[in-house]
Amino acid sequence: MSIQLDFPAVLERWPSFLAGAALTLELAFFATVLGALIGTLAAVGRGSRSAAIAGACKVYVEAIRNTPLLVQIFLVYFGLASLGLKLSAFTVAVAALTINVGAYTAEIMRAGFEAIPRGQIEAAEGLALSRLQIYWHIILLPAIEKVYPALTSQFVLLMLASSVCSQISAEELTAVANYIQSDTYRAFETYIIVAVLYIILSLVMRAGFWGLGLVLFPRRRRLGTPL
Amino acid sequence: MGGHLNINHLMFLGQGALWTIGLSVIALIGGGIVGFVIALARISPLKSVRIASAVYVQLIQGTPLLVILFLGYFGFAAIGLKVSPLAAAGASLTLYVAAYLGEIWRGCIESVPKPQWEAAEGLALSRTQRMMKVILPQAIRIATPPTVGFMVQIIKNTSLASVVGFVELMRSGQIVNNSLFEPFAIYAIIAVTYFAMCYPLSLFSQRLEKRVGRGRSNLAPA
Repeated sequence: MSIQLDFPAVLERWPSFLAGAALTLELAFFATVLGALIGTLAAVGRGSRSAAIAGACKVYVEAIRNTPLLVQIFLVYFGLASLGLKLSAFTVAVAALTINVGAYTAEIMRAGFEAIPRGQIEAAEGLALSRLQIYWHIILLPAIEKVYPALTSQFVLLMLASSVCSQISAEELTAVANYIQSDTYRAFETYIIVAVLYIILSLVMRAGFWGLGLVLFPRRRRLGTPL
Repeated sequence: MGGHLNINHLMFLGQGALWTIGLSVIALIGGGIVGFVIALARISPLKSVRIASAVYVQLIQGTPLLVILFLGYFGFAAIGLKVSPLAAAGASLTLYVAAYLGEIWRGCIESVPKPQWEAAEGLALSRTQRMMKVILPQAIRIATPPTVGFMVQIIKNTSLASVVGFVELMRSGQIVNNSLFEPFAIYAIIAVTYFAMCYPLSLFSQRLEKRVGRGRSNLAPA
């Protein structure tokens, strides 16, 4: 009944852990950038006057938000394969994570758009701003500023969720852990180290987003509103 | 390539779906109980209790559920206990759900208007009475929509228990796929089944949210 932990035996694999952590960050980065793009488009699409576009965006958001990421990853993995596309596990992982986080981003951005007072848009029209200018300066940027905390915590959750990509053998942090524990028979120690690494990664991401927020929204910094 | 999808396969998937619901209920009840304690600890008058519970939440929310499941699965083995995949998955999910529900509920308790706290104090109610008779009844109303919304997350997250060998819906799908090798069709069926379980809850949560008031909607976990 005594616990015997042997961390050095596992820690000597640190280059593999680092490589895994780097790939996890890489996955999170690409999925965040692409997902933010798709999600914003889907949020705009949901407000479209065309019922077909609005409906399609709603179906996308609801279908993704109500099924597990693990199932989505397998569907993308085998779906692309059955189309005859032979893609690397990394590409499939980025594609699946992007589709996933895009739907959540769409919901958050929609809340942001809804929070923009109509009066501001009318005021911008009154000042003869072009449609594009209004969309960019009056709707999109303030909406992002409003939902920035929710968006960034969603992106941190995405980084954590990318651990599921180990199931299609993308060599990210959890996959590395699975490999090391089967090699060293030190499962508990391995996963404790990996848990610590994920906590560090999420703290790093949060700090990064906080700093990015200060740069992107100087108005907020001047007002002293906490991000 | 062992033939076609037949009624036995579907029965097997149905059984898996029942286990998904069972595991979700275990996680909700276990996580609800622990989460309630966490929520109260987060607003405790004792600083050490506040800090300890905040650290717990930060640790769990900074770790992927998959890793927590592995830790639960191998952790019991490391201390020499042999437990079933159900017990390991149930324990891990409980710890995970507790951290998130605890944070959601803390937000709900704190969003009960300040004058209510002060009025209760002015009426010389003890801390326990104030909580039980004034704050919690109001907090529960606020907490219902995000809690129902989080139940969707719980159901989806139980799919990860498949990785530690618990035969719920996802794992039963993988087992059926191993004999038929028609992954796309089978995972599509699985996805539709999850959707059928989650979507009604999502709609219900949205409707509750409208009833409680739109301003509260940002309490839901992002």
